[in-house]
Amino acid sequence: MSNSAATSSWYEASARQRVAALVDRGSFVEFIGPEQREISPHLALFGLPEQFDDGMIIGRAALGGKIVLIAAQEGRFMGGAFGEVHGAKLTGLLRAARQIGHDVVILFDTGGVRLQEANAGELAIAEIMRALVDLRLAGHRVIGLVGGRAGCYGGGGLIAGCCSRLIVSEPGRISVSGPEVIETNRGVEEFDSRDRALVWRTMGGKHRYLIGGADVFVDDDTGAFRQATLTALDRETHLGLAGLQAEQQRLERRLQRFGAAKDAIDIWATLGIADAARLPDLPTETFLRQVADKRESADDAR
Amino acid sequence: MEKLSFTLKAPTAAGGTRRQAIVGVVASGNLEVLVERTLPVDACTIDIATAAHGFGAVWEAVVADFVARRAAGGLRISVNDGGARPDTVALRLAQSVRLIEEPEA
Repeated sequence: MSNSAATSSWYEASARQRVAALVDRGSFVEFIGPEQREISPHLALFGLPEQFDDGMIIGRAALGGKIVLIAAQEGRFMGGAFGEVHGAKLTGLLRAARQIGHDVVILFDTGGVRLQEANAGELAIAEIMRALVDLRLAGHRVIGLVGGRAGCYGGGGLIAGCCSRLIVSEPGRISVSGPEVIETNRGVEEFDSRDRALVWRTMGGKHRYLIGGADVFVDDDTGAFRQATLTALDRETHLGLAGLQAEQQRLERRLQRFGAAKDAIDIWATLGIADAARLPDLPTETFLRQVADKRESADDAR
Repeated sequence: MEKLSFTLKAPTAAGGTRRQAIVGVVASGNLEVLVERTLPVDACTIDIATAAHGFGAVWEAVVADFVARRAAGGLRISVNDGGARPDTVALRLAQSVRLIEEPEA
């Protein structure tokens, strides 16, 4: 459990390892830690094992000397899914951040809402989005990090869309309906969830970065996530009507421009990227150089 | 869920001064182990909640071996198990006593 970890995989790390590697060494103080055993009140009814932190780790830490509040989802427990306690911990953290005046960093790793406590989970998503927007309206940043094995799906994708800044790595995926959900509802001709290349070029970090669904693209590396978060914490932030209207117009333009595309590669070609089909194979630096002046950017709204 | 509880005599007191430590996650074939320094130095309790029923004898053998070989005195150990194999359980228990020995950050 080293937290120096200059070149360790974000994807492979646990939520606790990610927090330790992200923040200033030894600065993390957990709220409602596992010793308080604030577990899900629902899982036992289904004969399912509980986790003492319910898959959500929250607390306070320093990043580059600046105090932030931080939340991390454990994607391996219940797919990082939102339940009653899991969600309430994040809602409470966001409300506390507004009261005491701190930025928040959220380490997403979630398949969405936990089916066994779906009503509580859906309510939690709504409460989190409200608390997040209130915090942003008060002038604070909410920075989302996506690069875990569960990706960022369902209500997690909605919350991510509310963040002031999203940092994503190639293994990270952001969407609302996941691959299996689309295939189940619309058939394999619509989306083949077993086609990993298709999943990644449709929902993966590179594509989200290219169409303005994420703001910063980094290597799958804890040090890279830390550096990008430090930069994001220094950036001006403002949420207001003008920005939202500009973002709405950008999304309308995006739909007009790419709405007829059958595949992400068509979108990349329309963006003017040469040899678009090769983008998934490019290492980070080459990729960033190749798309620098071509990608869509959501900076107007953020 | 099956719940098991063991109270054992621990020959070696846990090292370090941390109050608690946690390792692992609850997932298929995995488990989390929470250790808290709350007991007399010669005692160790292990409470287990497991998704796999009917393996009490295996758990008893694993925890007896653990307490005999590792510095577990004074620890209240709580386990949430997602159906891990005995070798994984032994590894996580060993990691937990190693972590609570580490100097405070």
